[in-house]
Amino acid sequence: MTQVERHTYDVVVIGAGGAGLRAAIAAREQGLRTAVICKSLFGKAHTVMAEGGIAASMGNANPHDNWQVHFRDTMRGGKFLNQWRMAELHAQEAPDRVWELETWGALFDRTKDGRISQRNFGGHEYPRLAHVGDRTGLELIRTLQQKIVSLQQEDFKEHGDYEARLKVFQECTVTRVLKEGPRVSGVFGYVRESGRFFVMEAPAVVLATGGIGKSFKVTSNSWEYTGDGHALALLAGAPLINMEFVQFHPTGMVWPPSVKGILVTESVRGDGGVLRNSDGKRFMFDYIPDVFKEKYAQSEDEADGWYADPEHHRRPPELLPRDEVARAINSEVKAGRGSPHGGVFLDVSTRLSAEEIKRRLPSMHHQFKELADVDITAEPMEVGPTCHYVMGGVDVDPDTAAATGVPGLFAAGEVAGGMHGSNRLGGNSLSDLLVFGRRAGLHAAQYAAGLDGARPAIDEEQIDDAAAEALRPFSAEAPEGPAENPYGLHQELQQTMNDLVGIIRRADEMQEALDRLATLRVRARRAGVEGHRQFNPGWHLSLDLRNMLLVSECVARAALLRTESRGGHTRDDYPEMDRDWRKLNLVCALAEPSEDLLGQISATRRDMPPIRGDLLALFDQDELLKYLTDEELDR
Amino acid sequence: MSTYKAHFRVWRGDAEGGELQDYDVEVHDGEVVLDIIHRLQATQANDLAVRWNCKAGKCGSCSAEVNGRPRLMCMTRMSVFGEEETITVTPMRAFPVVRDLVTDVSFNYAKAREVPSFVPPAGLAPGEYRMAQADVDRSQEFRKCIECFLCQDTCHVVRDHEENKAAFAGPRFLMRIAELDMHPLDAAEEAGLDRKASAQDEHGLGYCNITKCCTEVCPEQIKITDNALIPLKERAVDRKYDPLVWLGNVIRRRP
Repeated sequence: MTQVERHTYDVVVIGAGGAGLRAAIAAREQGLRTAVICKSLFGKAHTVMAEGGIAASMGNANPHDNWQVHFRDTMRGGKFLNQWRMAELHAQEAPDRVWELETWGALFDRTKDGRISQRNFGGHEYPRLAHVGDRTGLELIRTLQQKIVSLQQEDFKEHGDYEARLKVFQECTVTRVLKEGPRVSGVFGYVRESGRFFVMEAPAVVLATGGIGKSFKVTSNSWEYTGDGHALALLAGAPLINMEFVQFHPTGMVWPPSVKGILVTESVRGDGGVLRNSDGKRFMFDYIPDVFKEKYAQSEDEADGWYADPEHHRRPPELLPRDEVARAINSEVKAGRGSPHGGVFLDVSTRLSAEEIKRRLPSMHHQFKELADVDITAEPMEVGPTCHYVMGGVDVDPDTAAATGVPGLFAAGEVAGGMHGSNRLGGNSLSDLLVFGRRAGLHAAQYAAGLDGARPAIDEEQIDDAAAEALRPFSAEAPEGPAENPYGLHQELQQTMNDLVGIIRRADEMQEALDRLATLRVRARRAGVEGHRQFNPGWHLSLDLRNMLLVSECVARAALLRTESRGGHTRDDYPEMDRDWRKLNLVCALAEPSEDLLGQISATRRDMPPIRGDLLALFDQDELLKYLTDEELDR
Repeated sequence: MSTYKAHFRVWRGDAEGGELQDYDVEVHDGEVVLDIIHRLQATQANDLAVRWNCKAGKCGSCSAEVNGRPRLMCMTRMSVFGEEETITVTPMRAFPVVRDLVTDVSFNYAKAREVPSFVPPAGLAPGEYRMAQADVDRSQEFRKCIECFLCQDTCHVVRDHEENKAAFAGPRFLMRIAELDMHPLDAAEEAGLDRKASAQDEHGLGYCNITKCCTEVCPEQIKITDNALIPLKERAVDRKYDPLVWLGNVIRRRP
């Protein structure tokens, strides 16, 4: 029997970004003992990278805004593939979640009458994003972090122990969800600092681990984004949906090479930045798709007029949803009209004064000045697409965030699938984290409380297996041949996904990607490391490879099956959107939960629930015709 | 694109002890110190321990000392050094080493808990908060803090004085008190909490003698001393005599 450190909690939250912290707050407020486990230090989660804002129809900047308009924009952005009930809840609850942050000490930028300021963003009909300059994610994470501290201070007063009911286990990685029968019984993981193993017995586990971007070479995501929650769910028997939809943010830095992929916030465009190719042409006018023709300006004059008078002008095409802009940039570069370092030009210096740019976009100004020697108040930036977000994730119940098929498992934020359909609108991520983070924490707490004393037990054999799996990289050499360098394997994986399952896809390339992934999977079993278990990044990466390979296979397999182009899935060989595919989700699961822990993925079609009538009534019939089949419309 | 070999000396070891180790490593155009540390990790020292996350100066994880100066490795460009120059990377000195460049920063989390939280105003429901931009500007400056803890690392009150740690919150958390004190809707006073007095009495504000080392290393360019600590000292002076306030009044607050 493996010796491990043991803890007992009611609810365990994996991940300490916006969704995880909001879930933990909700569970603790139900009075349950809650643990948060995170890979980094508390307060460093990837949410800090979010720049633009939190979408919520508070109507502070334009009184016409309301949840129905937000819902409509979200469905359009996701090309109607969204789990509509999630999109509805999200639009309805986002304002309350933002206002709540103010009561916890958040300080958003203000309107003239002292309310929360809201800014324009791609795909949002009205200015809707609550923001703090271009560091909104930092404000969000810090506010939630400080709310957790304040709850801990309450517990200190009451129990003499800050961590009596809410404890953050930082720099720990979970490698397995443990189960008794179908139900969650706890988690197994290791402390990064010491390499020691631990087990948390808990009947309810919330996955809030974020995304998968580290499987791609050019990405805005940090090292943490290795698809851990996606893989934990698969391995626990919970399916994923929509994994073929990966968002390439149109504007990442392209130079210097070491910062390639780092995000350039969409606020640059929301605040007036325009995109030009090497001929100086504002090319986005050439890329307005039919479904959006009526909503976007057709000339530069009209677009320019919108910034001052949005009532009488249509929006500039730079503010199309991200998938459209990313594809347009990709096409311009491929056509030989790119910038010197393989991107296009993004210029905000001609519309805003230097002072205004520094006030509205301080961290962009700083980032370009420090890392690229570019002064964005005086010259254009060079930008290109970067892997930013995965729309796919754990298949969940929209109201409770409960994962399908595994009682006690919940998922919220980027790791959950459905909410954003085939493409997420900017600003809808932070609101998603808050709305569904709270719901996941609440329902996980209710589930745990409802079990009374009858909690699933920990199976010692599962602990032994998990420990053996985690230790494999230390004995990776013979007889199978020399150990593989985990860093080299990771680079090959990233190159494969970037080249073959990237922004534009083709059947033969994706098939090749699947073949390469199969080889990498075998080699990853031999990933070996030197040294010992104390803070050993080579070892950590070896273990993360399992997760990245699993989610990469999901992406490639689902993308190969979906023979159409929609949102964050663009097929060179099937360039059109197909209404018959609109109502289908591709569901990824472990093909056979066998001894081969690297498993293989099966992807199957599943019908989506029909959209409720009153929600459909929010759209014109003409618009619905572009998305829904005739049969669906007849109902 | 130009490439050269740089000479690095990186501290390797753990709580038991360690030493600087020499590495020759490739450097390409536009790279930062963290890129070079990653290259070392991938090619020569798989188990080299280093914290990092965003690689864009937003998360404050990759704090270390480069040639003795506290810095974010992701924001320290290689082009600021000569090609012949030896670059020495060591862990933050004010905190105990865990391994290599990773230190135990739990001191900061303990201090964070000791600062009483925001007190919401009674009688205002969520959605009813009204604040002018001019009134939130000051606290917003402090909320730019990415908690890299470089200010805590460089502050001479604790840098070489372990014995002061118990009584001193450090610049980051004194600034947090200033932030809450300047928050237009914080109702601490109504709740019987005097933030200014507590800064002096409970969090060691008096130890600070405004040498501005914290401001100099702040990667967010927050004017910690001028805009947070000196005003806090001025406010505390009604209750306590602090000779340094005189100096604070001489060196006026900067914009």
